[in-house]
Amino acid sequence: MSMLKVEDLHVYYGSIHAIKGVSFEVNEGEVVTLIGANGAGKSTTLNTVAGLLKPRSGSVSFEGSSILGVPAHKIISHGLALCPEGRRVFLQMTVQENLEMGGFTRPSSEIEGSIQDVYQRFPRLKERYKQMAGTLSGGEQQMLAMGRALMSRPKLLMLDEPSMGLAPILVEQIFSIVRELRQSGTTILLVEQNAQMALSVADRAYVLETGRVSMSGEAKQLLTDERVQKAYLGG
Amino acid sequence: MNLLLNTINGISLGSIYAIIALGYTMVYGIAKMLNFAHGDVIMVGAYICFCTMSYLSLPPAIGVVLAMLVCTVLGIIIERLAYKPLRAAPSLAVLITAIGVSYFLQNAALLIWKSDPKVFTSVLDGVPGLELFGGQLRVTAVTIVTILSNIVIMLALTTFTGKTRTGKAMRAVSEDKGASQLMGIDVNRTISLTFAIGSGLAAIAGVLLCSAYPTLMPTTGSMPGIKAFTAAVLGGIGSIPGAMLGGILLGVIEIFARAYISTQLSDAIVFTVLIVVLLIRPTGLLGKKITEKV
Repeated sequence: MSMLKVEDLHVYYGSIHAIKGVSFEVNEGEVVTLIGANGAGKSTTLNTVAGLLKPRSGSVSFEGSSILGVPAHKIISHGLALCPEGRRVFLQMTVQENLEMGGFTRPSSEIEGSIQDVYQRFPRLKERYKQMAGTLSGGEQQMLAMGRALMSRPKLLMLDEPSMGLAPILVEQIFSIVRELRQSGTTILLVEQNAQMALSVADRAYVLETGRVSMSGEAKQLLTDERVQKAYLGG
Repeated sequence: MNLLLNTINGISLGSIYAIIALGYTMVYGIAKMLNFAHGDVIMVGAYICFCTMSYLSLPPAIGVVLAMLVCTVLGIIIERLAYKPLRAAPSLAVLITAIGVSYFLQNAALLIWKSDPKVFTSVLDGVPGLELFGGQLRVTAVTIVTILSNIVIMLALTTFTGKTRTGKAMRAVSEDKGASQLMGIDVNRTISLTFAIGSGLAAIAGVLLCSAYPTLMPTTGSMPGIKAFTAAVLGGIGSIPGAMLGGILLGVIEIFARAYISTQLSDAIVFTVLIVVLLIRPTGLLGKKITEKV
């Protein structure tokens, strides 16, 4: 059974029909990626799943039960965490405080252990634990955003453009972390403009075009698909 | 000796402004709105304390606690009924609503307590003040308690926002509501809590204000409210230490202007200082520089 199942989702921004019937699913243990150009509706889809946007119609179910209409602040308790586009770490709070906020819904006795787990995965954050998040570099902020999302011990981690605005070497680093997370058994839904990278770490992929799924399949196959190469991989 | 006394009185008046300013600044930080009804919550708090002491003949301590309770609930109700439906509305609509709530509170007070001024008996009536330098310097008990209350409130709020889980969540919400929701923080509850704290503090400010200046009318809260708003802007709106610094500065300037320049011009001088500071530092003395992210 699929862990996350989205069916025939329609989302509007005012009168603009942004998502026009998107359906996809994520199975446990998989890395699934949604790729597509700017404005294709990738982030809108993730934000709708996370409860930040309300869809006009369609269904979103997680582990068999509908999470549509669940307020955004309760979604995380179902085991879904979204690491949002543009990182959105709390710039005027320290690294440690950001992580504490990530574990907001968990009992305080478990938080310290989880923070240490994050520090183990991201040693850079440990070095800077007292620093304001606003003083971190873009790559470090991305690590913090991912660490913060992991603090809730999510069953499904949604990553929205984790490579955005980062230097190639940092992009490489972020994706190797995605691979590590996958190996440790975290299910991941990844949204990316960097199709090459996304397809290389994912099991399956959906291509979004102006609010619709235009193609889907095994990531490996899409990587060699002529149309995908032409449109997204610069081939 | 006069200079010292004026300074102490200035700090005391400034402490009242600071406590009120905290309400403005916290609500602004979280809800990004100017709650112009805040000054009138002070007046309600003072009336509740007055009624408890004068009509029910209960001890002042009960009056203070009751005033805080009523104002806290009032703050939550105002937010729920007047501001929450406007969460997505343009800020001008919210501002006008706040002015409306202010008039509503003043007129409700006029209906309940009538227009004749009440003489507020100090909650510290009969408590001796401090005499220093062989009686040359007399500081009233109210002055001392006001300054001490301010210090305690400041320390408590700093600890709350810096150390507790709820307080940190409050800072998170003030920075990014969407991201806070993703963390599982209930933004609506946090906003309610901020109004509750601000209004509870307003009650304390109302009682202290009327203990020092004992005339109580339905419009008693408006001028101190505007001064405290000025203090919050002077210190940098959104900043808790800023509210404190702005409040005390304003109080000292006002008392000095009254003592050494002119009683009539004291308010004009206070607002001139605000204008000058804002010309030099538009974000206020301790205000954060707001960087627009693209």
